[in-house]
Amino acid sequence: MTAVAATTETVSLPKVKTDWLPALLVPILAVAALPLVGSFSTWVTLTVAALAMGMMIFLMASGLTLVFGLMDVLNFGHGVFISFGAYVSLMVLGPLAGWVESPNIWLNIGVLLACIVVAMLVTGALGYAFERVVIRPVYGQHLKQILITMGGMIVAEQMIHVIWGASPIPLRLPEGLRGAIVVGEAAMEKYRVIAVVLGLLVFGLMHLLLNRTKIGLLIRAGVENAEMVEALGYRIRRLFVGVFIAGSALAGLGGVLWAFYRQTLTAGMGMEVNVLIFIVIIIGGLGSIGGCFVGALLVALVANYTGFLAPKLALGSSILLMVLILLWRPQGLYPVAKR
Amino acid sequence: MLPNNPIHSILSGDYPRSKALSVALVIVLVSLAFAPFLFPGSQPLNVAAKICVFVILVASYDLLLGYTGIVSFAHTMFYGIGGYGVAIAMYNFNAGWGALGLGVLAALVLAMLLALLIGLFSLRVRAIFFAMITLAVASAFAILASQLNEITGGEDGRSYRIPEMLRPAFRLFDEPVLGVMINGRILTYYLIFFAALILFLLALRVVNSPFGRVLQAIRENDFRAEALGYRVVVYRSIANCLSAGMATLAGVLMALWLRYTGPDTTLSFAIMIDILLMVVIGGMGTLYGAVLGATIFILAQNYLQVLMGQFSGMLEAAGIPLLPGLFHADRWLLWLGILFVLSVYFFPVGIVGKLRQMKS
Repeated sequence: MTAVAATTETVSLPKVKTDWLPALLVPILAVAALPLVGSFSTWVTLTVAALAMGMMIFLMASGLTLVFGLMDVLNFGHGVFISFGAYVSLMVLGPLAGWVESPNIWLNIGVLLACIVVAMLVTGALGYAFERVVIRPVYGQHLKQILITMGGMIVAEQMIHVIWGASPIPLRLPEGLRGAIVVGEAAMEKYRVIAVVLGLLVFGLMHLLLNRTKIGLLIRAGVENAEMVEALGYRIRRLFVGVFIAGSALAGLGGVLWAFYRQTLTAGMGMEVNVLIFIVIIIGGLGSIGGCFVGALLVALVANYTGFLAPKLALGSSILLMVLILLWRPQGLYPVAKR
Repeated sequence: MLPNNPIHSILSGDYPRSKALSVALVIVLVSLAFAPFLFPGSQPLNVAAKICVFVILVASYDLLLGYTGIVSFAHTMFYGIGGYGVAIAMYNFNAGWGALGLGVLAALVLAMLLALLIGLFSLRVRAIFFAMITLAVASAFAILASQLNEITGGEDGRSYRIPEMLRPAFRLFDEPVLGVMINGRILTYYLIFFAALILFLLALRVVNSPFGRVLQAIRENDFRAEALGYRVVVYRSIANCLSAGMATLAGVLMALWLRYTGPDTTLSFAIMIDILLMVVIGGMGTLYGAVLGATIFILAQNYLQVLMGQFSGMLEAAGIPLLPGLFHADRWLLWLGILFVLSVYFFPVGIVGKLRQMKS
């Protein structure tokens, strides 16, 4: 009796090994590109741009990969939330036009944050409706899911045309966020720096939420084995709806950032990034948040460096990266256990 | 019917199995076969040629989606390879039959190899993987095609001459037949029509062969098919290659008809969506669905827009807000998209399936 108690006290669970290798790829890639690019200042500019792009892609992709991991639902219409988020910011920019042109940097940041908050609220609500109307009837049927979310995307894209018109809309960055910061010889665009900071902030929050809270624990457990979580008495459906809404809201946030980055709005913009997002979540391992983060940074770095070194290969480079990584790890960088 | 009668062997034993469907198919066949005589003018002939090409394109897609149960987004890529095969050959060499043959052959080889490569790479994992990877590869290919200016003509595409016999100036007879002058344009139409007919019957043959049955078994339960001793990856890859080859030939036919190939007419994602809509509305898992889906969709594309424009104009004149926007002529895809979503939910068997259910 005492012997049993002793063993339970002394033998603790083995610590989960962290797989650092894929994460190390990011700095390795960045350093390896330095001699190829040649000049240090250009390299800094490129790297900052890539990090900004990577953060935005991560924000847009994180919801998709979690939804897939948790409920085995692949939403091909995810791009719609990106487009909607971007267009919704127009509703804020209209009444707050004065803040955009104001020389006060705090008002400028305020208007950006207002855009983000409104876009996240609207896309979150939209995500709720989308889950209810479009996705719920086709749980567990992959073929139908692909078709139906594709159909939902077509309809939503056309609705954007109906509401906001079919022609591209130019978008101006708030006054204080234009231009670049020059450190030494390296120029970094202010807006990109802000995007990096915002992206890191969200990643950090998400990391805390997933690893330090009960909800996060349930989500991670659900990704590993949804049935078991349900058997323990938690409503996995409700959890899933929550994650879907959060994922849509994050896509909306990414959409706002992406729209200001491109400075034009088109209804098809979400679909265009969708391709990149798919590549990222395949590289990262379907369902893995960490993998999604690393994948997004890798894709962005490769895209930016090749865009500078060999412009014609820019999009082909992401595909090449995907092929190489899948040859190395066929299930993605951080494979999720059950898949 | 006896298995050895000619209709049985032509249709490979796959009958429409519904009176209404048979009537509809015969109407489509007769209208297409005599299109130049029944509907004179260049616009109707254009629509008829487009229907022929898209029947093949959609049928080849159905081979993947409806019969094998895998979703590909790279179908327009193969369609585009066919188109560019003709375009590059005709543009760079003399516009003869030899060059045409060479272009078609090169396109077919390239398309099949690419399909095999993508299939081997991604089909072994999961069907959903395949969907994502084809989407990525297809968009990369579209960008590549619009950037390789020297070869493909970039965004502008390529206009080219086609063999002498198929040009509008060519006359087969000096006298008009049944009131219609048989020129090269009509000859091209009949080339497309018969090629489409033969390819369609071949596809029927494939899906009703033992091979086709295995594909359907894989669609229903791939694990079980594997357990019965069929290598699922191999069958899926072959289906993928066959479908790619057929799509390539559809692209060849379209290139001959348009005498122009560009990114927008062959590689754009909009065409991929059109194909999806046609397959689902017509009916997945039956090739007759491809015929009806393509016919209805292309007729709608060409004539529904005009009707919608008029309707929208009427609404606007009546002073009703918002609705004119919804019925604007450019918003026809909105309605087809809604129809698409509804048909996936409520009648996944499509028009053909509905017609067959009505009978029983």
